[in-house]
Amino acid sequence: MAKLDLNRVPMPRQEPEVRAKNFSEVALGYSLKQALAEANRCILCPKRNCVAGCPVNVDIPGFVEAMRDGDMPRAVRALKSKNALPGICGRVCPQETQCEVACVINKRGAPIAIGRLERFVADWERANMGRVNSPKLPKPTGKRVAVVGSGPAGLTAAAELAKLGHGVTIFEALHVAGGVLTYGIPEFRLPKEIVQAEVDYVASLGVELILNSVIGKIDTVDELLESGYQAVFLGTGAGLPMFMNIAGENLNGIYSANEFLTRVNLMKAYRFPEYDTPVKVGKRVAVIGGGNVAMDSARCALRLGADEVYIIYRRSEVEIPARREEVENAMEEGIQFRFLTNPKRFLGDEKNWVVGMECYQMELGEPDESGRRRPIVKEGSEFIIDVDVVVVALGTTPNPLIAQTTEGLKTSKWGTVVADEDTGRAEKPGVWAGGDIVTGSATVISAMGAGKRAAADIDEYLRG
Amino acid sequence: MNQILLRQDLVPKIHSFKVAAPKVAGKAQAGQFVIVRIDERGERIPLTIADWDRKEGSVTVVFMEVGTTTNRLAQLGAGDSITDFVGPLGLPTHIEKFGTVVCVAGGFAVATIMPIARAMRQAGNRVISIMGARSKNLIFWEDELRRVSDRLIVTTDDGSYGRKGLVTEPLRELLSGDGKISRVIAIGPTVMMKFCAKTTEPFGVKTIVSLNPIMVDGTGMCGCCRVAVSGATRFVCVDGPDFDGHQVDWDLLMARQRIYLDEEKRSFEQCQHQHGTHS
Ligand SMILES: Cc1cc2nc3c(=O)[nH]c(=O)nc-3n(C[C@H](O)[C@H](O)[C@H](O)COP(=O)(O)OP(=O)(O)OC[C@H]3O[C@@H](n4cnc5c(N)ncnc54)[C@H](O)[C@@H]3O)c2cc1C
Ligand SMILES: Cc1cc2nc3c(=O)[nH]c(=O)nc-3n(C[C@H](O)[C@H](O)[C@H](O)COP(=O)(O)OP(=O)(O)OC[C@H]3O[C@@H](n4cnc5c(N)ncnc54)[C@H](O)[C@@H]3O)c2cc1C
Ligand code: SF4
Ligand code: SF4
Ligand code: FES
Repeated sequence: MAKLDLNRVPMPRQEPEVRAKNFSEVALGYSLKQALAEANRCILCPKRNCVAGCPVNVDIPGFVEAMRDGDMPRAVRALKSKNALPGICGRVCPQETQCEVACVINKRGAPIAIGRLERFVADWERANMGRVNSPKLPKPTGKRVAVVGSGPAGLTAAAELAKLGHGVTIFEALHVAGGVLTYGIPEFRLPKEIVQAEVDYVASLGVELILNSVIGKIDTVDELLESGYQAVFLGTGAGLPMFMNIAGENLNGIYSANEFLTRVNLMKAYRFPEYDTPVKVGKRVAVIGGGNVAMDSARCALRLGADEVYIIYRRSEVEIPARREEVENAMEEGIQFRFLTNPKRFLGDEKNWVVGMECYQMELGEPDESGRRRPIVKEGSEFIIDVDVVVVALGTTPNPLIAQTTEGLKTSKWGTVVADEDTGRAEKPGVWAGGDIVTGSATVISAMGAGKRAAADIDEYLRG
Repeated sequence: MNQILLRQDLVPKIHSFKVAAPKVAGKAQAGQFVIVRIDERGERIPLTIADWDRKEGSVTVVFMEVGTTTNRLAQLGAGDSITDFVGPLGLPTHIEKFGTVVCVAGGFAVATIMPIARAMRQAGNRVISIMGARSKNLIFWEDELRRVSDRLIVTTDDGSYGRKGLVTEPLRELLSGDGKISRVIAIGPTVMMKFCAKTTEPFGVKTIVSLNPIMVDGTGMCGCCRVAVSGATRFVCVDGPDFDGHQVDWDLLMARQRIYLDEEKRSFEQCQHQHGTHS
């Protein structure tokens, strides 16, 4: 066996100056040669630590070995048997804290770039095996399940249930399926064509997709249960934006990240006026927050033509919750980070437009419940940043619509639906829930894992 | 896809569409709205449900041409389809037997107030309706509104029909008159709702208005539609659209309605350039 290379094959990417001006994908993907070189670094170790690091236990050595054998269709099957959305996960999973951190090579050098290989295999399938490659379906069981929400949790639950022979209908509030994958994560990080291909795959399993249907309004969960669905899976995510409740927050030019990203991604405001939904770009844009949502908002603002884009984060660089890779991408593109900074209030002009943001300097104190050092205001440190657009990216909570209209559903004080972690069973008979609606904002793969576990339990329930 | 079953041109620039939407029709209640997107490139805009027919499975909306989307809608007719038609959204108007209810409608909002007046009447209220328009040629659904009201007062700004003046004048007279007014519902352009609320405030009569901020999703997901009511931020699409008019921060609402004036103009110019002007 060749000597172990401690460095991973670098991912080809668009140059920062170029990509900062377009919405095309930043990471270009490995060539076959690069993918094989990276796959060859894997030592196919018997302990397979990486598999346990993945929330859905993808058979990583299995698909990597198939790649090395030159048997791509087998790699595809190995991958897809555990993960229905590999093209998405390979791009947006926080691999560095999941499968890759667990890789044995991580102790000695860079772990295997599992996400990049996963992406390669998924992209290979799309290019070479036709748009969708559906498995054989069993005989229909005659049972029907309603899935509410078409984000990763809903899509996964639907796919799993369909593969088990159940009749599945997905109800989605928006006019496109995909949840956050469609309206939140921008094109340059996750091309919509890939999301659509995965949605098409789920549809090819016989899943019926009904768009423009807001459950709680057009039908309640109880009505679904009464109208012929034996089980309901709630995968409605955590879509309610949080604001800070500080002075001036409703000034013109201040967006929630959800609104900003929805205008840009779902409604394609970056192609206004060809697409009819506008977005205010601004010359000096401040994005408040340090998660993936903040990075995505800042990088969208830059691509829309802002001169200066700031990330305003109240802790330091060490604590930033966004994926490292995306923070680095943002820095390379010229996003300016203002760490240890927190807004106090917004200042407006006579026309109600935001013109400035008064901020505090912060310092870090003792660790809080989350284990991160608590940010503390430095008294008298106020200063003003001139801005003309602000995006508030401080997180989201579940939309209360379903909870308000469903009798017997239990929710926590955070508004999340209470459901069993292993089975997704909610307190209400016949109802399961999973993904961000249960956990609050989390990750694509954890939502998928929840969808999958719930599907298994629903199947058991339906077979009684 | 939702097919337009019937188009009626009510007055210049105001049209009604009866749209096939059985599920929406099955659930619609007075005061709720739909979000409409004409096609792939279109914007999502809210329109109030003016009427519905559960048996036929249809929903009627009435819209006024003001910008790109409403102008493009006006180019459609029976047999055409609208790509997205989502609803019923928002909370229904609170209907109860209050006593005497005054329903005030300005401009195209005659259509918006119709189902509310009807429901208030069915709930056993005495309904006095006031409808105002700029001029006689802009009046529609007068007979329809009269049918669901115990009394109807019509005003025009220029005096070409009914009483000359604004809707707030007969409203003030009713409030200062002998009969007790239990509740006022005022729907129309933002300034009109604001002044109706200002008119009723000294009389202490609860006044419900239906707010019309800019929206995107209509499901509480984006916060675009936020307004301040009693000092608290509320989302009109899920907490409203009805609010207590005495508690609304009108200046904020009006400022937020102007966010995209430049873009709306640009988009409208392009739209007219592509389709020729319609007037
Ligand atoms: C901008 C952004 C960037 C992110 N980046 C990453 C990343 O890089 N990596 C990562 O792993 N995670 C990331 N996340 C988090 C990840 O996207 C979410 O954790 C995941 O999408 C949750 O999936 P879900 O299926 O639970 O819900 P969602 O994806 O939120 O989908 C819920 C769906 O339900 C629909 N719905 C809601 N209410 C109703 C109703 N009443 N009736 C019908 N339909 C309804 C919604 O319209 C939506 O389509 C990001 C999130 C955002 C917002
Ligand atoms: C709950 C609700 C119910 C409504 N019901 C009706 C109705 O039944 N009939 C009707 O004709 N109109 C109704 N409206 C207003 C309607 O949505 C707007 O007229 C429409 O969005 C304008 O779109 P446009 O592209 O034609 O014009 P634009 O070019 O977008 O705008 C032209 C003008 O309309 C205002 N405007 C733009 N977008 C909105 C918006 N989303 N909401 C309100 N005003 C806006 C702008 O301030 C601008 O002055 C309602 C609005 C709300 C929020
Ligand atoms: S799904 Fe995510 S965590 Fe699992 S192997 Fe793939 S990239 Fe890693
Ligand atoms: S732990 Fe690392 S080296 Fe071992 S099989 Fe997994 S990816 Fe390969
Ligand atoms: S329109 Fe998006 S929250 Fe109301």
